[in-house]
Amino acid sequence: MSLADSDRELITTELGREPTAAEAALFENLWSEHCAYRSSRPLLGAFDSEGEQVVIGPGDDAAVVALPDPETGEPGETYVTLGIESHNHPSYVDPFDGAATGVGGIVRDTLSMGAYPIALTDSLYFGPFAEDHPKYLFEGVVEGISHYGNAIGVPTVGGSVDFHPDYEGNPLVNVACVGLLPADRLVTAVAQKPGNKLVLVGNATGRDGLGGASFASEDLAEDAETEDRPAVQVGDPYAEKLLIEANEVLVEEGLIESARDLGAAGLGGASSELVAKGGLGAEIELEAVHQREPEMNALEILLAESQERMCYEVAPENVERVEAVAARFDLGASVIGEVTEGNYRCTFEGETVVDVDAEFLGDGAPMNDLPAEEPAVPDTELPDPDLEESFEAVVSSPNTASKEWVYRQYDHEVGVRTSVKPGDDAAVVAIREAAGLGDDALSEDAEGIGLAISAGGAPNWTASDPEAGARAIAVENATNLAAKGARPLAAVDCLNGGNPEKPDVYGGFSAAVSGLAEACADLSVPVVGGNVSLYNDSATGPIPPTPTLAMVGTKRGYEAPPLSASPEGDLLLVGDRPDRLGGSEYLARFGGSDRFPALPDDPAGFVDSLAAVADHPATLATHDVSHGGLAVSLAEMVTDEAGLEVSLSGDPAAALFAEGAGRVLVQTTDPDAVREAFAGIAPVARIGEGTDDGVLRVDVGETDLTYDAAGIRERRSTIAAELE
Amino acid sequence: MTVAVVRFGGSNCDRDAARALSYLGIENEVVWHEDGLSEDVMGVVLPGGFSYGDYLRAGAMAARSPIMREVREAADAGVPVLGICNGAQIGCESGLTPGAFTTNESARFQCEPVHLRVERADTPWTARYEAGDVLEIPIAHGEGRYEIREDRLAELEADDRVLFRYCTPEGEVAPSSNPNGSRGAVAGVLGERETVAVLMPHPERATLPSVGTTDGGGILRGFA
Repeated sequence: MSLADSDRELITTELGREPTAAEAALFENLWSEHCAYRSSRPLLGAFDSEGEQVVIGPGDDAAVVALPDPETGEPGETYVTLGIESHNHPSYVDPFDGAATGVGGIVRDTLSMGAYPIALTDSLYFGPFAEDHPKYLFEGVVEGISHYGNAIGVPTVGGSVDFHPDYEGNPLVNVACVGLLPADRLVTAVAQKPGNKLVLVGNATGRDGLGGASFASEDLAEDAETEDRPAVQVGDPYAEKLLIEANEVLVEEGLIESARDLGAAGLGGASSELVAKGGLGAEIELEAVHQREPEMNALEILLAESQERMCYEVAPENVERVEAVAARFDLGASVIGEVTEGNYRCTFEGETVVDVDAEFLGDGAPMNDLPAEEPAVPDTELPDPDLEESFEAVVSSPNTASKEWVYRQYDHEVGVRTSVKPGDDAAVVAIREAAGLGDDALSEDAEGIGLAISAGGAPNWTASDPEAGARAIAVENATNLAAKGARPLAAVDCLNGGNPEKPDVYGGFSAAVSGLAEACADLSVPVVGGNVSLYNDSATGPIPPTPTLAMVGTKRGYEAPPLSASPEGDLLLVGDRPDRLGGSEYLARFGGSDRFPALPDDPAGFVDSLAAVADHPATLATHDVSHGGLAVSLAEMVTDEAGLEVSLSGDPAAALFAEGAGRVLVQTTDPDAVREAFAGIAPVARIGEGTDDGVLRVDVGETDLTYDAAGIRERRSTIAAELE
Repeated sequence: MTVAVVRFGGSNCDRDAARALSYLGIENEVVWHEDGLSEDVMGVVLPGGFSYGDYLRAGAMAARSPIMREVREAADAGVPVLGICNGAQIGCESGLTPGAFTTNESARFQCEPVHLRVERADTPWTARYEAGDVLEIPIAHGEGRYEIREDRLAELEADDRVLFRYCTPEGEVAPSSNPNGSRGAVAGVLGERETVAVLMPHPERATLPSVGTTDGGGILRGFA
């Protein structure tokens, strides 16, 4: 890909001359879809990103949100950062390194806000599990995340894995990171003052990942695996870990004026964006960059996407100390130039290779106004398979089966914060610092904030109905948090789509964006940041519109009711009975189509009441009902120690397999308290009770479904059985 | 008079070990490997992580770093030394403890709860337990399979230096309860002195009540 003619004309007019080769390459990358959101920015205005808890919204490396003070509930002095990033094309070309460097990138986005990374989630999307190539990509991606995330000591606490035929030629890897910082440590990517030095800290720069941003902004070619390999970077988690610790010291000692990590478009991207945000310029000597390879030229130094590098703005008197800290952690550091009031200028061996206005470079890309075709409403054509066969097919589908094979390879406990572990509706990590006792380990005895984290998408839903499916994704993630007693605080999204120049693809993408934005607004969850990845299109066609949402919520303390059933207590289903099967795993297995089920009228009320019910002392277990419907949720609750005896009325297929979001199973010894909590908000139906025999019995229509815990375990172990 | 938690480049369980020790009321400090041990150090933790990226063999580089000479001297002088996970690999690589830890039978990283049987209770690390007790403590490693020559293992067993073995929740040592294929189901061993021990599971992750079981606290109390 090269600079489009229309862009070149605009740039030539603005500069009053032809751009140099280095400038043209810089514009090509920074004005690419990946960096400039040219096709999506017109849609992103739909998101509400405001809230009293929001400290820094969209536009910086990561968003910053204040946690509530445990005593008052008001925004307090402990902040979390939220960021999400896609690494889709690299993960197709080289699944191990592509996914690994995706983790590295989002962690550095966290560092550049002055935060310490405390949790990661990964939402992964592949072609059919039964086929070899998607399976190879899946294994490679999981191994890459495991390799990188485990080594840097950041726990991977959640995420999602979905398989769908339309990801066959274009898998998705969406990585989210949560960081933690006290308010007084906040650093931004806004350059502060002319005369301050720009210091590059971290790995030496080599010729890797050249043109990654523009590579990410076009369809994947059939020969991408061989042709585009040089555009994929190779990660070094050891260097990243050293960078995390060096950054910690630099921030703690107050040595950093502003910071930006080097990601897409390398040094050129990071340094120009940093000064553009401050309305300033820079003077950079490219030969000052510490390099790994001999005889690199200006363009390579400017655009290489070598990993594990940060660009810091440092006051002149602190430069020596910054260099000393870097040296202590065996990291390279080079003073590459300084902040100025003029243009963004780069010289190489005395010659000026870039001389442009930083704001024009960062924000001057014209937006695309693309034609959109509204998605069609699906017809209703339902299959009629045997109920028992359906139950087993849906419960053992790779989409709904146990993901233990995946999360067992991730260190999900390092940091000793993970109180609710992967495999549950949401992870909960302990933020003891929020209790106001700082780093005092004895704050274990105080009640800090439990930060619940849920991340995921639902390709079946958004493929069936982009708008309603995206709404359901928001409601489902919020339900996951509330089921563990947390109230939503904020969310970030990763919006993945196909080639936006195709009107049907852009129409579906637009519908998904608007559904997600509306539902988050209905839930009063500010969407504080995100990432857009378009051109996920290949010879096998576009991906379904795929919004991944990573939502966090808070509760006082760290405990939550389990997902697993108890031998005693009533089983209640809260929420409307959906009568539509659109977007369900059932239809994905057996064919057919239907409209997407209706969603709760008052999702915010539902979520708020659920959070209260989850922490009620009579509550024994809570579990969200979503992917795979009630069938899968019930199966997941049964253990060797506790079974469930359930009776369902109405159409058996809809009762078991419909996937309307905003529903939850609550097991309790005080059903009236649950009815009271949801009065006027959502219907509550008693559908069964716990048993002590570890057997699931479901009486539905004319059929009795009976499976013991071992039988369910075996059916749910589809992924492990295939890959071990 | 504090316990030193030694941080190498790439250590990542140093803060966790420090937090768990503090929770137990054991004074401690994280010590950067280049800074060396203080003369009156009263204990040493070699924490988990990926020292030097584990780019050679796990623990091999750290084992050759200058601070390990000081750790050995302290150990020889009777100072308690505990290696956890990567610290256990460093302990074996440096010869503080016998045997070696290598790639899991599954050839994959495994993060999961396991059960350990306490093989002897008359060491500082197990004095809070009875022999035969079963502890639930998580593992998180890709290279935790204990390997040693059969005859050397027999010697170790004869000398009663196997501290923990992987077992079922009921305390039975069975192939199904061995998560990584360790020879003899060994999860932890003693050095020449019983004040020196290494284990692959993470006791610091099983100490704080908010994040799981507290079965591992007794091991860390070996420093008290």
